[in-house]
Amino acid sequence: MTLRESDTLREPVLRASGVTKHFGPVRALHDVSIEVFAGEVVALIGDNGAGKSTLVNVLTGVLTHDAGEMVFDGRAVRFSSPHEARSLGIETVYQDLAIAPHLDAVANIFLGREYVRPGLAGTLGFLDSERMERETKSQLGRLRVRVPNLGRRLVTLSGGQRQGVAVARAVMWASKIVFMDEPTAALGVAQTAMVLDLIRQVRDTGIPVVFISHNMPNVFEVADRVVVLRLGEVVAHLDPRTASIDDAVSAMTGSVRRVAAGEGATVG
Amino acid sequence: MEERPGTFARLSNSFTLIILGLIVLVFFGLRGLTFLSVPNLNNVLVDTSQLLLLTIGVTFVIITAGIDLSISSILILSAVVAAKAMIAFSGTLAETQSYQFPNQSVGIPVGLVLGVFTGVVCGLINGILVTRLQLPSFIVTLGTLGVFLGIAQLMTGGTTVAGVPPAIQNEIGLRNLLGGTPLGPSFRLIPPMVIAFAIAVVAAIALNRTRFGRYTFAIGSNAAAARRAGIDVDRHLLKVYVVSGLLAGIAGTFDLMRFGTASVGTHQSDNLAAISAAVIGGTSLFGGLGSIGGSVIGAFIPVVLRNGLVITGVPSFWQNVAVGVVLIVAVWLDQRRRRAEERM
Repeated sequence: MTLRESDTLREPVLRASGVTKHFGPVRALHDVSIEVFAGEVVALIGDNGAGKSTLVNVLTGVLTHDAGEMVFDGRAVRFSSPHEARSLGIETVYQDLAIAPHLDAVANIFLGREYVRPGLAGTLGFLDSERMERETKSQLGRLRVRVPNLGRRLVTLSGGQRQGVAVARAVMWASKIVFMDEPTAALGVAQTAMVLDLIRQVRDTGIPVVFISHNMPNVFEVADRVVVLRLGEVVAHLDPRTASIDDAVSAMTGSVRRVAAGEGATVG
Repeated sequence: MEERPGTFARLSNSFTLIILGLIVLVFFGLRGLTFLSVPNLNNVLVDTSQLLLLTIGVTFVIITAGIDLSISSILILSAVVAAKAMIAFSGTLAETQSYQFPNQSVGIPVGLVLGVFTGVVCGLINGILVTRLQLPSFIVTLGTLGVFLGIAQLMTGGTTVAGVPPAIQNEIGLRNLLGGTPLGPSFRLIPPMVIAFAIAVVAAIALNRTRFGRYTFAIGSNAAAARRAGIDVDRHLLKVYVVSGLLAGIAGTFDLMRFGTASVGTHQSDNLAAISAAVIGGTSLFGGLGSIGGSVIGAFIPVVLRNGLVITGVPSFWQNVAVGVVLIVAVWLDQRRRRAEERM
């Protein structure tokens, strides 16, 4: 595998190499290598069952891999839980599993990270709701995410607004890298545009975004690099500035020749 | 924040409150001040305290989208253990059989502690089975409903345990905390009632203001999301079942405090009464929604109904009919309201 020349000059935020994962007899990932650099958007694409979600789950600590190495922020890591990955600044947005619909936006954003009051009240677990609300407002304002009425339970919001909360939560807490598993799959056009905007804003703060999508126009609109998985292997790296959607689809399905499209792309 | 997670639950509380208000109005209309007299309302408060504890415990469980059917059996087993221990530690066999309790100052507290402890252990067993074996709480607690009751029956031969030191009633359970004050003659403020309502206040605060409550709602709303947010879901569920068992254990000791007996025969349908009360109070069996305030009101409804029916001279069996109808109507209205809300 050849590296882009610029890549040799800086360390990736995350480098996984030779990652292999089996579910019983099923080979979900085979010798997958991926690097993510600061300030870029990497799209992971592939047909159903290609291993995209499995890869994200391994990289975020939801699953442990059978073989392979991961280097995060210059250190070799092996996550035993999503909690461990999150404590290092790795956040994930899932398509639908991430929010508690009966709680409001603030409660969701701080879920598992609640601020408690100082002193004895905090020891007893009393929540510092004012502080959480204040911080949510300022962070959402900074990210220019609009969540109407923070105190409303998410069940009363639209799907797009709910996903907005999920994305805002990940972005608020991610200090190193954000993964998004089909963040726009359930969204309408306007909300999709909002999420894509948010992805760019996050990238512009220097935090890389890795996102899975089936939506090729979205991928080509926002990604700096495209990694194509097929049957658990990385089959192509595409540069969206030079490759076409057809190239991507060919690589995903394996129906046509494997594609090395444009300068800077490599075939794995 | 104008609206907190409990707000919508509170809206349905107001519906439950209306039902309670209507019931009160009907009996007031029929029997006037006999029904609304201080002594009678006093009785209602006292009679509600036991069901209230069960309802509060099961409210936490139901908010997590679980169920605890075994609380009635935990209550019975705790009462039996407390009674047996109380007798055993209060004197020799010969002494206690002739109603002499020389060591009752040891026996009574030991009995009460062991009774409550029994509730905790039962709750722990439920929690371990639900979280470790990954079984539905309905199945687990349907099983332990039989197990705990069976153990109580084996311990007693199926009969009521009597012969506990009378001091548990006279000196503790029925002691009027307002005795000696000007209010004493008109209002009986007895420990079981004080304990139950104090626990209700603590439970309401815990549910709405603490991380414990927040996790309870989060798990019931979306357990997978809670897990992904780093919440130790199993550990929290274990705590919730222990709370339910603990409160059922405390409710068990109320039998001894008020009646001086541990009865295996009564209470067997208290589990369903408590679940009904919680649901009437706006707690959703699907999890994620509920409130202690609603459950308190829900617990009052069957007690007020029974009390009012007795005063009115109507066979109190009508209570079962009325509570059943209220339950169905309450859930039906609640679901309609919720669907409308979610369409927004």
